[in-house]
Amino acid sequence: MAAPETQYSKHSRQAMIGTLGDKLFKGTAFFFAAMVLVVLAAIILMLFKDAWPTFQTFGLDFFTTEKWDVVNDQYGAVIPIVGTLVTSFIAILIGIPVSFGIALFISVMAPEWLKKPVGIAVELLAAVPSIIYGMWGLFYFAPWFSENLQPVLTDTIGELPLIGQFFQGPPIGVSLFTAGFILAIMIIPFIASVMRDMFDVVPKDLKESAYAMGSTTWEVVWKVILPYTKVGVIGGIMLGLGRALGETMAVTFVVGNAQELMTGLFYPGSTIASTLANEFNEADGLHMSSLIALGLILFIITFIVLAISKWFLLRLGKVQEGRST
Amino acid sequence: MTRYHRRKMINAFNLTASIAVTLFGLVMLGWILSILFIKGFAHINWAVFTEMTPPPGESGGLLNAIVGTLLLTVVAVLLGTPIGIMAGTYLAEFGGKSRFASTVRFINDILLSAPSIVVGVFVYTLFVSPVGHFSGWAGGVALAILVVPVVVRTTEDMLKLVPSQLREAAAALGAPRWKVTVHVVYKAALSGMITGLLLATARIMGETAPLLFTALSNNFWSTDMSQPMANMPVVIYQYALSPYSDWQNLAWAAALLITISVLAMNIFARYGLKGHKQKP
Repeated sequence: MAAPETQYSKHSRQAMIGTLGDKLFKGTAFFFAAMVLVVLAAIILMLFKDAWPTFQTFGLDFFTTEKWDVVNDQYGAVIPIVGTLVTSFIAILIGIPVSFGIALFISVMAPEWLKKPVGIAVELLAAVPSIIYGMWGLFYFAPWFSENLQPVLTDTIGELPLIGQFFQGPPIGVSLFTAGFILAIMIIPFIASVMRDMFDVVPKDLKESAYAMGSTTWEVVWKVILPYTKVGVIGGIMLGLGRALGETMAVTFVVGNAQELMTGLFYPGSTIASTLANEFNEADGLHMSSLIALGLILFIITFIVLAISKWFLLRLGKVQEGRST
Repeated sequence: MTRYHRRKMINAFNLTASIAVTLFGLVMLGWILSILFIKGFAHINWAVFTEMTPPPGESGGLLNAIVGTLLLTVVAVLLGTPIGIMAGTYLAEFGGKSRFASTVRFINDILLSAPSIVVGVFVYTLFVSPVGHFSGWAGGVALAILVVPVVVRTTEDMLKLVPSQLREAAAALGAPRWKVTVHVVYKAALSGMITGLLLATARIMGETAPLLFTALSNNFWSTDMSQPMANMPVVIYQYALSPYSDWQNLAWAAALLITISVLAMNIFARYGLKGHKQKP
């Protein structure tokens, strides 16, 4: 009569294999999840290690010098940092109203049959590889812009006091402004997609109450939908900004790659990413170290911007949970 | 003008503006794609698929670059997918709202949008500069780092959509946790996870920046991953900016091929696989 006993032990062995398997599975899963954090730490550590000679040589001057002189081995990060910030700023300045309009169109105005095709088209804009934007920008948009739009801008806004000086530059097409404009088109799908998701979750009774009170569509959007989704909209904008800051190929094609600081937006300039793409493979010694330092700065700036974006989006999630209960 | 009329006018103006900017977006997409198709199709011929990338001033094809891109993509997906799926599984099945899981989620979402060129620099300092030369492996690793966050995100999202009753039913039958996850939860979430994989593949196929400092490129037939490796994006970059018209034409052909593949994958991933809709 040993049968029940063997059966019993067989079961317990299976159970043991089960728990062992569980531990192994959970352990592996944990290990790979932890790897996400390890990658982040490794990126910061490795870049910092290789950037160290630059920080040692130039100290804080690296952040305040506008000289990028490969011949004399003198490096300062001001020009690429300013270029990165200026192009990204132009991008969100153009990108915000356009994304808002698109999100508004898809979520509030478009008839049902039109929502999906327009949505797909906007998502395709996000899927087109960055280098394609670069080629189109360099060979088609930049020449068109310098012949048609730039003279108009220089003759109108360029004549104004104070801001006029920003709208000056040679008619060559490649410039900080062109780069900012193309960045705008590239980040529009990201911002519009977040905004649209936000607009879609606004409770129907809120919107319909406002309509019932006699509000126009615009008043519902401006006074009901936007205040309700404010936090998420800011999160979406910061996400777009984060994307714009680190964008490389499109910018490298059209920014002109000049290491000079000009007030006019129509002058060629450079960004951190474009400087890296252009010079990295020919660099060594201190030049290489300075380029890696630029990479580290870019990573930290985008990290902060994206963290703020994420924080806003998380906060929206919590607000909505609170409201629905 | 009465207040009523003013309100109506503001409304009409703003809604028209909204239609106008939507049209602006569509026109830009149309402009880019039409130029790509016109310039690209004009230079696609049989040689593109059968000959190697040429030296300056000569005609040739893209065969080595096409094969290189496929190889790099496969390596990156094979490296990145298991990591991404396991990490995503941890977040969805075990992590819950623990501080560790929240941190991983937060960092992963940031890596999702982190500048790809920095990943290239990172892999350069890790694999290229110690070895002393560019290599296909380095390119594959750089792309894999871009694959992981996408797969983590979609895996977690898709696993969370699986109703917990399914897990409980399987557990009630005596299945250990790992069997529940692998045989029940993964099966239920399969099409969503494949969507994530396709989106990740589409994302890296057109990536140029991380390959510049890692795989670089060459003009020869090579499947040796430990050597520099030709690939479509870097060929496009080098040829488009060259002064030779033969090279520029090849760049347009390559640009068209890569864009068609990426867009087709995106559309198939989002709308071809039924049941799950993904956001970028």
